[in-house]
Amino acid sequence: MNSLWPEIWAALTLRAGPNAALVCLGAAALGLVAGVVGSFLTLRKRALMSDALAHATLPGVGLAFLASLALGLPRSLPVLMLGAALSALAGLWAVQRLARTRIGQDAAIGAVLSTFYGAGVVILTLIQGLRTGQQAGLEGFLLGATAGMLRADVGVIVIGGALVLLAIWALHRPLALIAFDEGAAHVMGLNVPRFDAALMALVLGVVLLGLQVVGLILIVALLITPAATARLWTHRLGTMALLAGAIGAVAGWVGASLSAALPDLPTGPVIVLLTFAALLISIPLTKGRRA
Amino acid sequence: MKAVEFQGLEVQYGDMPALRDASGSFETAAMTAIVGPNGAGKSTLLKAALGLIPSTGRVAFFGKPLAEMRARVAYVPQRASVDWDFPVRVIDVVVQGLYRELGLLGRLRLSHRRRALDCLERVGMADYASRQIGALSGGQQQRVFLARALAQNADLYLLDEPFAGVDAATESAIIAVLKSLRDQGRSVVAVHHDLATVPAYFDRVLLLNRHVQAEGPVAETFTPEALARLYGGLLPQLS
Repeated sequence: MNSLWPEIWAALTLRAGPNAALVCLGAAALGLVAGVVGSFLTLRKRALMSDALAHATLPGVGLAFLASLALGLPRSLPVLMLGAALSALAGLWAVQRLARTRIGQDAAIGAVLSTFYGAGVVILTLIQGLRTGQQAGLEGFLLGATAGMLRADVGVIVIGGALVLLAIWALHRPLALIAFDEGAAHVMGLNVPRFDAALMALVLGVVLLGLQVVGLILIVALLITPAATARLWTHRLGTMALLAGAIGAVAGWVGASLSAALPDLPTGPVIVLLTFAALLISIPLTKGRRA
Repeated sequence: MKAVEFQGLEVQYGDMPALRDASGSFETAAMTAIVGPNGAGKSTLLKAALGLIPSTGRVAFFGKPLAEMRARVAYVPQRASVDWDFPVRVIDVVVQGLYRELGLLGRLRLSHRRRALDCLERVGMADYASRQIGALSGGQQQRVFLARALAQNADLYLLDEPFAGVDAATESAIIAVLKSLRDQGRSVVAVHHDLATVPAYFDRVLLLNRHVQAEGPVAETFTPEALARLYGGLLPQLS
């Protein structure tokens, strides 16, 4: 075990090869953005909506792959992400439509989440049976697959993440007001549904950016756990968002380093476990603080 | 002109009508209590008028649709309607009342902060500006809500049960602020439960039981006969 420390340290300091360094950077950027967006998401009490949104991306990934195959195009990440986004929006629409009936929102989320995911698995299974070499690694979108990440992929995470953070900065005032007091916000003239839609769009952005790193099943952990941990430490929204971002970034960086140094450890799940460790440690340390 | 005028308001909760053909108005420069039995639709009337719940009927604020009059209307929801564990401080909540001025990116200047502190001062909460809202008592939370409404500098203040679960000191602090608003020519409408304090606190009263039974000055409208009719003979004790 002792002999592993130099390797872990090398990975942490970006000296474990170009791919490991890229993954570290991408995972840290993703953790930062997910923590910040997740703070607003959890305060708005829409955590489970993000889970439905993420699972609903899967059929879109498969369909986008089939579409580009049919058109004779090479497999490309942006096209798969576009498919994922469209199918997530369909899932969101389905949740909102179902929630308006008697079944209520939590049942609607459960039904849509599992149905879309099931449809995605069916499509992916069909794709596995096709005689084409390109489908290899599609299932990596489930739990993340960082091994094949390219410089361009990390560039997408960094630039896309920066845009999401910019949008959150611009919208933090109305998002906070709506999360705290929707009624008063409405009377002040804020278009509550429109800001909610903007928040879900930003969450969708995080989900798409996280497809390769932690995958669509685990991204919800990066949105919720760092925010929940940060909430234990502070009573101020701004501090909470920054702290959640920091926790996410550190978990991403360390998790990616650990999995680079210990090849059998999958990156995404390790990152998620690290965020949960931060939460577990924080509970006793913040005990006794006035809620 | 009336501060609020509503005609034929209908609200349905499932199969139950919460408001049926409710028509009436609230005067300007007056303090009006909305009074009625449990389930009479008092809070619903405010929410429907403000477009917070689906309803049919016509509502005008100072003669115009709400969309054109938002800057002149402030709403103080029931204290229980929000999560007081939310990570904000007292001053942050009051600053929310400046949203229409600040917009998305407007910089929060020292002058804004001073105004927010002034509003806290008026409700006797200036010493609590940096406190986390969850650490306040119910009465203190209610006063912070009122301070936020004051920061909006509106002409009409609609309050949903402002005295529910608050201490006596808060009740008198709130009523003093509301009376000073009225004396400045602003209009105040409050859902009110305690019939005993209606004559002392309010100028006018609106009697509601799914539809408006009467509206007028307390001396003329708030009579034992009208209340007996409103409460179906089961009149609560009037001390």
